[in-house]
Amino acid sequence: MSVSEETIRTVSDMAGKYEAGFVTDIESDKAPKGLSEDIVRFISAKKKEPEWMLEWRLKAYRRWLEMPEPKWSKVDFPEIDYQDAYYYSAPKGAGDGPKTLADVDPKLLETYEKLGIPVREQEILAGVQERAPVAVDMVFDSVSVATTFKEKLKEAGVIFCSISEAIQDHPELVKKYIGSVVPPADNKHACLNSAVFTDGSFVYIPEGVRCPMELSTYFRINELNTGQFERTLIIADKGSYVSYLEGCTAPMRDENQLHAAVVELVALDDAEIKYSTVQNWYPGDFETGQGGIYNFVTKRGLCEGRNSKISWTQVETGSAITWKYPSCILKGDNSQGEFYSVAITNGKQQADTGTKMIHMGKNTKSRIISKGISAGHSDNTYRGMVKILPKAEGARNFTVCDSLLIGDQCGAHTVPYIESRNKSANLEHEATTSKIGEDQLFYCMQRGLSEEEAIALIVNGFAREVMQKLPMEFAVEAQKLVGISLEGSVG
Amino acid sequence: MITIKDLHAHVDTDDGDVEILKGISLEIPEGEVHAIMGPNGSGKSTLSYVLAGREDYEVTDGSIELNGEDLLELEPEERAAAGLFLAFQYPVEIPGVNMSTFLKTSLNSIRKQRGEEELDALALLKLMKTKCAELGISDEMMKRAVNVGFSGGEKKRNEVLQMAMLEPKFAVLDETDSGLDIDALKIVADGVNSMRSKDRSFLVITHYQRLLDYIKPDVVHVMAKGKIVKTGGPELALELEEKGYSEFLEDAA
Repeated sequence: MSVSEETIRTVSDMAGKYEAGFVTDIESDKAPKGLSEDIVRFISAKKKEPEWMLEWRLKAYRRWLEMPEPKWSKVDFPEIDYQDAYYYSAPKGAGDGPKTLADVDPKLLETYEKLGIPVREQEILAGVQERAPVAVDMVFDSVSVATTFKEKLKEAGVIFCSISEAIQDHPELVKKYIGSVVPPADNKHACLNSAVFTDGSFVYIPEGVRCPMELSTYFRINELNTGQFERTLIIADKGSYVSYLEGCTAPMRDENQLHAAVVELVALDDAEIKYSTVQNWYPGDFETGQGGIYNFVTKRGLCEGRNSKISWTQVETGSAITWKYPSCILKGDNSQGEFYSVAITNGKQQADTGTKMIHMGKNTKSRIISKGISAGHSDNTYRGMVKILPKAEGARNFTVCDSLLIGDQCGAHTVPYIESRNKSANLEHEATTSKIGEDQLFYCMQRGLSEEEAIALIVNGFAREVMQKLPMEFAVEAQKLVGISLEGSVG
Repeated sequence: MITIKDLHAHVDTDDGDVEILKGISLEIPEGEVHAIMGPNGSGKSTLSYVLAGREDYEVTDGSIELNGEDLLELEPEERAAAGLFLAFQYPVEIPGVNMSTFLKTSLNSIRKQRGEEELDALALLKLMKTKCAELGISDEMMKRAVNVGFSGGEKKRNEVLQMAMLEPKFAVLDETDSGLDIDALKIVADGVNSMRSKDRSFLVITHYQRLLDYIKPDVVHVMAKGKIVKTGGPELALELEEKGYSEFLEDAA
């Protein structure tokens, strides 16, 4: 029997290596199952939203009914029954809006701590926990349950709160920017989100301010048959800087759950937004592919101002299906967009992910580094578009797409679209596909590494260029996650 | 002490199952250096892979024991932890993984398996610096990706560095001299010689006698067609250099 067969057996014996797969036993308030105008009204009423917000949602809902499902990606799944899910679920008592940390159900805080999320503000400040302070917005099913370090951020003029609070407290900002980068009718998933989004984070960095700490949101789906539809809006005013990170997990369930998020970023003159994602939703059963999250996400950043910069970094290891293309609209002259991605698929996972860089302004620059790793019976597609519009004089793009295959049952695909309507544009594209070699594995194992450790080391090396872009505080965790998500991958 | 008894190994090729090792018996006591010489295709490299546990080879008969421990029962990484080290003929490139990370992972994986405490980054750095200095390797190499863009000489020196870090009980050097000029060869040989000790044994596999001018073996074996056909003292190597392998090829046939 070969080493690899043994490895596969060991891993299947350990079934459920997905460490975030536990359920928190907590009572929740739920909307009735299904989707209708009444549900949209219910959500809006729960959030005590102003009339304009409700109207915006209803308009999106009516549009959604007519929109077709996007069918162009290389993913395969049965038709979604939108009536068979809950669109609102909140831990009991939490639905009435966020409170201070002291008021939050300890069970909820425990959940986040179990997932390794720093929530004990006091201890972090007092130096009991040895790590740089990171402000966290905790979103549990449909609601934000708490946001840490709010006061400290306020001193710097930074607004960091749930989007529900922002609608109440900063309606002028929300009204101005929501849907300005991702209009409700952008695509069916974004449109659904616009109708039923329940929470998410809101960030505003005032002019000239460098946000004093990392901001992060941790999304957790807990309830059965519940979709999560969060909406995040980040605005970096002139000359400001912010680094933001999101993490996601969900319990192991046999049913598929829908996660349709929208993220909009706006960077004004000379502003910079760095947005990082570590996505580890439940990927479904390793052998059968049953269950797992459908991660259908629309993320887009608008470099509105001159010299502005938006940088997306993503480490995608989870979800049964990933469908996401964090993009940049480079409108301001000299603006820059970046996309750094590591996408790992294993078992029966499918990922179709990439980016769009739309060059509108003069001397705009974009850079795309994509590292796809396919293992098991999975399918991994990079899909990207670089578009140079006629006025984008002197635009430049540099793209690298590397794929790494582990075993011979998986697929890697690269689908780059390039459209240039300005002769002065300078576009470079490089792509490679390679396989993890038996020679590499044996070399590492001779030096004492187990097969799984060897794979983790080789893959982290392969993805290094992207991993280095993650904020320090999360890089180590992300490296571990790479190893965990590839367990049982050798075939 | 490494004891190999009547070792038979097969490999699956396009032409079907082929027996490459046809009954190898060998005993290397602690503190001794043995050399195996032989023509191309005699099974020398196969022997090194089988000792290290490469899965492409099937052992059909015989045994390998390191200080009484049955190596055939162990995975490659367990053999490493048991004290076996193989210096590769063709060291493998691992892009994106720098040497210091690789050495740290390697050493700590072995320590962990042995139930020893893992070394922290600082202790490792210190150890690396000491070993590099001893072997005349520049620290700069520690920042580069494993074997990526290394010259032939650097790759072999890197193998010796790893050996020095891991301090094995039994080291196999597979054609460590191949592709080296005389200066590089001397550096590598010096490294090996500095590690000779009474509780460590070596198996030096080589095609040419040249290497044995620098690493003086206690015993020389001649291997041909999957068998050891003659064993003698260091003078056997010189004899081979003069007469060539043809006589042994006939004997083995």
